[in-house]
Amino acid sequence: MLLPEPRGALTSALFAALRTSPRTQVDVCVEPSDLDDATLALWVLHELSYRGFDDVDDAAEWDLGALAVRRRLEDDLERRMRERYAASAARPDTGDLAADLFTYIEQFEGPSLARFVQTTATRDQVLELLKWRSIYHLKEADPTAWVIPRLPVRAKAALAELQYDEYGGGNPNQLHQNLFTRGMRAVGLNEKYGRYVGEAPTEFLEMNNALSMLGLHRRLRAAALGHLAAFETTSSEPSRRIAQGLRRLELAEELAEYYDEHVTADAVHDQLAVRSICGTLVDDEPDQAEEIFFGAFVCMDMESRAAHAAFARWGVDA
Amino acid sequence: MSEAPIYPHADVEICPGGPMLVRNAGAIRDADGQVHRVDKPIVALCRCQKSARKPWCDGTHKLLPPEKRPQ
Repeated sequence: MLLPEPRGALTSALFAALRTSPRTQVDVCVEPSDLDDATLALWVLHELSYRGFDDVDDAAEWDLGALAVRRRLEDDLERRMRERYAASAARPDTGDLAADLFTYIEQFEGPSLARFVQTTATRDQVLELLKWRSIYHLKEADPTAWVIPRLPVRAKAALAELQYDEYGGGNPNQLHQNLFTRGMRAVGLNEKYGRYVGEAPTEFLEMNNALSMLGLHRRLRAAALGHLAAFETTSSEPSRRIAQGLRRLELAEELAEYYDEHVTADAVHDQLAVRSICGTLVDDEPDQAEEIFFGAFVCMDMESRAAHAAFARWGVDA
Repeated sequence: MSEAPIYPHADVEICPGGPMLVRNAGAIRDADGQVHRVDKPIVALCRCQKSARKPWCDGTHKLLPPEKRPQ
């Protein structure tokens, strides 16, 4: 993948420096033009720790200037997420972590892109949504893989059990990322990793940035797992709706099958995430309970903001 | 130094309000007698009887009011 087109002062300066790294260091003083510019910059800085860019030296991942910019952008993202969490409805606290977490996730209300895809969306709208979602799906499960070494015994074993399924159980054809790749190709989209980053709205990039940030910071390990729990718990039913929508529009069966797979897989994963992963983590590290709910909120809040952004682009009332 | 704990771990787990998790199953026979091959190390079986993918759980129990969910 090549660096995307810059979207403002920060990405212009940052991408120019990254292309000539390590001869030039990243300038830490450039301010972002706006949230879109800041968000793309952070997405690119995180990507240096995943697959990188063909036009950036691999060593740039640990360029001190790049790390300083990343830290500043992450601090700002975390501050905004924590402010929204503090202003949101209080979480249940009965002492039963699993029951409370399921209840908290079920009670969150946001607009549903899945329902729109199921009943109303046009073919073009669905293809556009798939492009934006591909930013996530083509590295599905990767951000959470960072968390494994940071966990106590039971949560670690349970997360490895869940991730083993995400990664295809040893069969590359069943790797969820790869199932999505095949689906994209079948509906005529370009399946190359990162191909649609340049077209993704701020909110879709930011959703991925939040996930990467939670995965990359040990301090935020419980929030990363709360995010996972919310993601898996809100996946089976929307996946069923999306699969129906794809079949309604007669889009390629391979892509509907990707969503079919998630209906049953995530009915396992949500139980593992809530009970065996978050539940045992809080048994072992009780001070992490609040962070699990914070992470769950981040997942649902980011999803809701992305849905609002998509509906606004399409001129649809959410 | 204390010994490392042995954690209780089961192949089959009843999830309150949700499905039954089953690990390392080769095949599942459903209520109609049909046998379904299992190709994953862990699967979730429907307990609420509302799944559209029986014998597998499809998350439909979450749409039921709490008192209608399996205990």
